Amino acid sequence: MSRKPFIRPVPTASWWLHQGRYTRYMIREATCILIGAYSAVLIVGLMRLGEGKVAYDAYLATVQSPAGMLFHIVALAFALYHTTSWFNVTPKAMPLVYAGKRVPGGLIIGAHYIGWAVVSVILLVLVGA
Amino acid sequence: MNADTDIKTRIIEIEILRYNPETDIEPAFQTYEVPCHEDWVVLDAVNYIKDEIDRTLSYRWSCHMAVCGSCGMMVNGEPTLSCHSFLRDHPDKLRIEPLANFPIERDLVVVMDDFIDKLKSVKPYIVPREKRSIDDGTHTQMPAELAKFKQYTLCINCTLCYAACPQYMLNEGFVGPAALALAHRYNLDSRDVGASAREDVVASNPGVWECSFVGACSDVCPHDVDPASAIQQAKIAGVLDYFKSFLMPKGEAKQ
Repeated sequence: MSRKPFIRPVPTASWWLHQGRYTRYMIREATCILIGAYSAVLIVGLMRLGEGKVAYDAYLATVQSPAGMLFHIVALAFALYHTTSWFNVTPKAMPLVYAGKRVPGGLIIGAHYIGWAVVSVILLVLVGA
Repeated sequence: MNADTDIKTRIIEIEILRYNPETDIEPAFQTYEVPCHEDWVVLDAVNYIKDEIDRTLSYRWSCHMAVCGSCGMMVNGEPTLSCHSFLRDHPDKLRIEPLANFPIERDLVVVMDDFIDKLKSVKPYIVPREKRSIDDGTHTQMPAELAKFKQYTLCINCTLCYAACPQYMLNEGFVGPAALALAHRYNLDSRDVGASAREDVVASNPGVWECSFVGACSDVCPHDVDPASAIQQAKIAGVLDYFKSFLMPKGEAKQ
């Protein structure tokens, strides 16, 4: 009896649409594009600030336009998804053992959210002051 | 017989991807109407087909209790141990295919050679510090030392994780979840000094760095081994070792 194994074709372009978990993964990975774009917009803002008041006011006007607002809302949504999806996998990447027992995953994730809140408050105080 | 008639049955339409390498050019689905008991698992329905409807159907199974790891199949697109999946949790229609990402040998039987080669390549056994004889007695280990890796010892080599992994689907060179998890299991073992011998395979591109943390392997694992976690931890260990090699170029801490 001869062997003739059959190799199934791989959907190289559409594989990530075949399962919910693949699609969620691709969205998580794609969030970095929006975060990169947001960083670029921020860097342009710094450059305009360096060029003087007129340039910076023009930049602010662009950012506050409907399109600018829409971009920032979408970027914020993607950043939140990016952050929470990575926080939620931290217990897998960094499991802690304390007194011979595994620290529960929820505690590790919770610590990240607390850290996030603390840093946010500090930043808000710095910016507001 | 009376006991049999008391059990609720339901007709389930089961489509199975058939492939006969001697006569077929490519696989095709064949449909069976199976009177299933509600307390059956998917494997029971497949066994019914084999026993009562179509004796030519080929598939692997052995223990029927999620220990041997041989009855993995795609059930409605999901890598599943067919003995570990109750029919009452499924609709009236089932589509069963051989595990994805492996070549099909015949019907639901896949070719596992690639996985076996990769498993061998990570030296999935204890590499001892020094040769020991039986007279030396048992190699003791503290509960805390065992706790570090025990979860990763539960792997039954069912390869559901390979069928779930899109990275393995797109790049067959990837060492893959189960083999990398087992490499990590031995690297974490206090009795083992084989980390440096495994490094070439594990800390390489086709090793842990090919993994982009989709996490599908851990989702489908029937024993909650969580290979995705092992791979991420191995990445961190690999980076630390890399920087340590700069700080202590002559350091031979790991043998």
